[in-house]
Amino acid sequence: MVAHAEIRVVHLGGSKINFREPVITNDSRFLLCASGESVKVYSSSSEECVHDLQGHTDLVSGIVRNPSNHLQVYSCSADGTVRLWDFTDGILIKTFIIGYPIYSIYVSENHGGVVFVVVPMANDKSSELFQLVAVHLPLSGDQEVEARELSAVLCDVSPSGAASFGRKGEYIAAVKGLQLEVFFFKNQKSHRFFLKPGNKKGAKNAFTCVSCHPKEDCIATGHEDGKIRLWRNFNQKKEYTYSTLHWHHGAVNTLQFTPEGTNLLSGGIESVLVQWHYTQENQKDFLPRLGGAITHIAVSPDGSLFCTSHSDNKITIIQSCVKVSAIIQGLVKGEGVRTDLTIDPRSKALVLNGKPGHLQFYSLHRDKLLYNLDIVQQEYIHEEGLDQFEVVKAAFDTRGDWLATVEERTQKGSELEINLKLWAYDEQTQSFMLNTTVTAPHEDQIIAMCFSPSPEITMLVTISFDGHFKAWLLADHSDTKEGASWSCDFVGGYHHLKPGCCCFSADGSLLAVGFQEVVTVWSPSWELLTTLSQPPGAIRELCFGRLSCSKYLLGTSTKNQLCCWNLLTCSLEWSTPVDVSLLQADPLSENMAAFCSQSGCSDLFVFKPGEPRPLYSQKALCTGKVQRAVFAPRDQMLESCEEHAQWLNRSQLYFLTQHMDLMTFSTKTEEDRLLASSKLLMVDDSVAVTPFYLLLGKHRQQQEALTNPMAERIQLPQGSIAIKELLYTPAHVLPSASFLCSMFVRSLLISSSSASEEKEPVEEEMESEEEDSEGEAELRDARQDLGGSAAWGPGEELGAPALTKAQERELRRVKHFDHSWLSSVLEC
Amino acid sequence: MASFKSTKIPIYPKLGEKVTPDTLYWKNYKAPVQIKEFGAVTSIDFSSLAPHNYAVTASTRIHIYGPFSTEPVKTFTRFKDTAYSGKFRSDGQLLVAGCEDSVVRLFDVSGKVALRVFKGHTKGVHVTDFTSDCYHILTGSDDYTCRLWDIPNSTELTSYKEHTDYIRCGTTSKLNRDIFITGSYDHTLRVFDARVEKSVMTMDHSQPVESVLLYPSEGLLVSAGGRYVKVWDLLKGGQPLVSLKNHHKTVTCLSLSSNGQRLLSASLDRHVKIYNTTNYKVVHNFDYAASILSLALAPDDESIVVGMTNGVLSIKHRKSPEEKREMVGKQRMQPVYRIFVKGRNYVPKKDDFLVSKPVKSHLAKYDKQLKKFNISKALDTALESWRRNRKPEITVAVMKELDRRGTLKNALAGRDEQNLSQLLNFLIGNVVDPRFTPVLVTATEMILDIYQAVVGQSSVVDRQLVRLQELVEREVDYQQDLLEVLGMLDTLFATSLPRKEVPCPGSSR
Repeated sequence: MVAHAEIRVVHLGGSKINFREPVITNDSRFLLCASGESVKVYSSSSEECVHDLQGHTDLVSGIVRNPSNHLQVYSCSADGTVRLWDFTDGILIKTFIIGYPIYSIYVSENHGGVVFVVVPMANDKSSELFQLVAVHLPLSGDQEVEARELSAVLCDVSPSGAASFGRKGEYIAAVKGLQLEVFFFKNQKSHRFFLKPGNKKGAKNAFTCVSCHPKEDCIATGHEDGKIRLWRNFNQKKEYTYSTLHWHHGAVNTLQFTPEGTNLLSGGIESVLVQWHYTQENQKDFLPRLGGAITHIAVSPDGSLFCTSHSDNKITIIQSCVKVSAIIQGLVKGEGVRTDLTIDPRSKALVLNGKPGHLQFYSLHRDKLLYNLDIVQQEYIHEEGLDQFEVVKAAFDTRGDWLATVEERTQKGSELEINLKLWAYDEQTQSFMLNTTVTAPHEDQIIAMCFSPSPEITMLVTISFDGHFKAWLLADHSDTKEGASWSCDFVGGYHHLKPGCCCFSADGSLLAVGFQEVVTVWSPSWELLTTLSQPPGAIRELCFGRLSCSKYLLGTSTKNQLCCWNLLTCSLEWSTPVDVSLLQADPLSENMAAFCSQSGCSDLFVFKPGEPRPLYSQKALCTGKVQRAVFAPRDQMLESCEEHAQWLNRSQLYFLTQHMDLMTFSTKTEEDRLLASSKLLMVDDSVAVTPFYLLLGKHRQQQEALTNPMAERIQLPQGSIAIKELLYTPAHVLPSASFLCSMFVRSLLISSSSASEEKEPVEEEMESEEEDSEGEAELRDARQDLGGSAAWGPGEELGAPALTKAQERELRRVKHFDHSWLSSVLEC
Repeated sequence: MASFKSTKIPIYPKLGEKVTPDTLYWKNYKAPVQIKEFGAVTSIDFSSLAPHNYAVTASTRIHIYGPFSTEPVKTFTRFKDTAYSGKFRSDGQLLVAGCEDSVVRLFDVSGKVALRVFKGHTKGVHVTDFTSDCYHILTGSDDYTCRLWDIPNSTELTSYKEHTDYIRCGTTSKLNRDIFITGSYDHTLRVFDARVEKSVMTMDHSQPVESVLLYPSEGLLVSAGGRYVKVWDLLKGGQPLVSLKNHHKTVTCLSLSSNGQRLLSASLDRHVKIYNTTNYKVVHNFDYAASILSLALAPDDESIVVGMTNGVLSIKHRKSPEEKREMVGKQRMQPVYRIFVKGRNYVPKKDDFLVSKPVKSHLAKYDKQLKKFNISKALDTALESWRRNRKPEITVAVMKELDRRGTLKNALAGRDEQNLSQLLNFLIGNVVDPRFTPVLVTATEMILDIYQAVVGQSSVVDRQLVRLQELVEREVDYQQDLLEVLGMLDTLFATSLPRKEVPCPGSSR
């Protein structure tokens, strides 16, 4: 196989933004968060991503503000480096190489030049134990600095977010398991406090998080049973005290004091932000129903903004008056994409199940979540161990007018609850409206469903483990009051076998349903036309060919077979022994993509059913199996001439790997185009660039240019050349300013003779200039004299007593020399 | 911060007919007025003259009723035997009727004594009608003949003896004075032309014909006999168009609605069916107390009059528009506070600046409790709604929601005798409803688990538990019976299905 360097597998956005605590900048304008291998800078008011700080080569595991410079942040990563960034311009300032994978980072104002990082104990990557070390950052002008001056502070800490600096950096508190350890920097001593495991009355005393009061000697710790303990007097080993606050019914995930120490914020699985008043502890404010479980809370340095990150890959920005002001939502990928990846035919957005009970519409081109569609329409109860409704299937019809969803809820020891919902697209509200709900459409789980692509009929076919497939038809009751609704039209089965997959042909004239080893082909009038079978191995996936290959039906079986049947002869055309884990047909061309898993890696083959050789193949695409894949149509066709890249011209192939990374293929031409467009879009402005700005800003500039009278004057022909020459010549080769001034000013004046008379000679001059730059060295002098006298003549006649003729000639020579030099530079 | 999502109350599809414009139209009649006649009402005929009186033939008399009177305006009693087929002339001045004693009598509507008496038939005359020129009378008799009579001379013009059995129905053409159609118990319909000696067209209905009806255009003929209603195309030489079999007993009478768009058929099975005349589908159905012999519609469908075998005449009048409006007005609640009424109908002017007020969403009582996680109170309020409005779906939906939250057991526990008996009452009322069974069975099991320790302490609760047990046992038996029936049906269907080469689908609808 040929290695195709032009086609690259690239990561697409949508990585986790809730991995670590986000950071709000001093002026509260930006919010920084770790997102995969980069740090993202969001505008806290417009929710737009302003910068993407790239440089780390592994997962970013922490961000902190630089205490000595409020325009800089430190970020640490598992690649063993700490990097210092200027987030306003998005520039990497310095890289400190530590050499060990870093799991979190802490700084304190009172420890200048030192960062505290969590690294594995025994300097061993596989170690389960972690230690907190202080790193002295060397002062050096270099871009990359090795910082090897490490000193251990605390041993055995938890790898993430369970440490906090106390009042003025005098001590640091860290929790792990049932132990709270406080290290005093003054006397270099540490105190340890232990709690009993205490399983009485469901008490689980294990620590989960810690936060120190910024002004007083008080440490707040969160516990697994939902209690918050406030520790005081902990500089004595024996006489320490603590008080307990209890509201959370699940574990306290995160705690944070506000900068003045007046309030304590806590959050947990309940998704309620609780604000405790520090002095009156029985008073508290709540902000309920924020979304997923709260994983981190961050507070801006002036205390005006809070932000909470949630388990559903979301960051909520909250004003301190407990009001949500902005939401930054990433792609929610959860534990598994139960609905397949689908493309909304209208918005061309990627659709998959998002936060519980919702479908998310994710724009692939803009890497932004468009909206969430509430499918289940039920209050989500944030509690562990509850069986919730989950969206498991989603399908669109070809025009995007109808959306079908299946939600199910498995209950322990009782029967399965399934709902099939059909949603109609509403032009007015620009979203999907619930049309029909079918409770218990099948007796068992629905395996797959698909809409008929035929334009005459709106039909949905669902197949289920109960051995039946059902066809649902849109019935228009125009004679009754209620509008169109869906009802079951046909129930089919085959020898009580369990169906495994179904597929409509491109024109909707055939339906293929795979019943274990047998493929049954049905006509729209529900006649069983033929059966195809290729034992052994149950049919896993079915795909009809498209366009010129529509006479083929492809199927993959569990016994590592890829079969292709000819529907005209009803016989096997070819078959090949590959373990195809996923088969996808491009809706816009004949191409098929088959992902094969082989020895822990996935390979990709792109082929046409009618041709023996694959169009494109790539071995070892990624480790593990490819979970889901989808062809997304491009909004603009690519014109790629390379043969092996042509399959990417009409649509793009996206796939999800085992680790839930969304990847895609990009070609060279596409990257070039992207680069060009990004140059166009580059706007240097500290304000967040929104699409509105791009639209309106350009428009406004044009308007200004039109209305400004100055602009018109500048465009005067005499002025333009003189100014151009003056401005484009490097300053250090020009004569002194006093020498040039009068000439320059004179060139700006409108001569007494009419402008129309002058235009022609000027044009001549310009032409001659151009020819000059093209290079005819011998003729240059003569022409210059000619053109020069024409252009500069009137100016001189007006009177320039300060300059002699010789001086002028000298000046001109200098100028022309410089110009040609510049042009030669430009040419190369 | 997302707002609280209220509990979804599932909307269960209402069983029965769908609401179509037809049902709305035909349901828009008042409760029937019933008048007891002396015998079976065999014929009803509306006068085409303005007040639209109608003649009701029953036993030995003919009563004429006014449109809104329950007492007869006029009565003709000069019959020696059972009278049949009292018919108005098209000008509403004359009335003709046959009699079992074979004499046909012609009355002036304002008089009492017969103007003319036509004698000639040898057996009872069941069919009488005026021709369209108003000067002749058509009669059909049990002596197998049909005759035409001249009114001024009171002489018989022609006699046709082509039928081979009783003639029990007939009609004259409204467009041509010479054409008439008779239907007989010999299963045939014959079209006669008075200018010709013989019948011009014969159609075979294959059942004794009870009623014939001509469309206003007279291109189509409808006949009723046996359980069938058949439509014939006269312009195509009497070709059968449709055969309708919607009744399960003999169809006795046919009628057309005023606009000719709907066909009505009445039958001995006590139903009146209304058909759409474009596709001949039944669009509506009336039920009556006894077998129906005669049916007539007032012009503009103002009233439907039905005569039955038990001698009851049932009259339904159409609701007037004012009454309809009154009904709507009653349903609308009166606003309690002046503030709700003020400015409600204000239409903003063109230049007005509209400030939209955020609509405050109101939560139901049980939702308010659920929002606060007060589960027991939520269940209490839901039960309250069942007691007050008899809406078990709300209570079941709340129970389902509690079950989803995993707190149903807690909500059910800790109740005193009164509370528990209320809960058990609800279960007894609804546990066998197939819509609610899946949820309520879990709830019932939980209640039995929780309160098994206190069984025997309260006589009220014990009685209810016994009732519940009986109910469940009966339901189990019933389900078993149903399964047996299903098994029998399966065998029957399996034997009747033809064997195909291609394996047929498991089941199809």
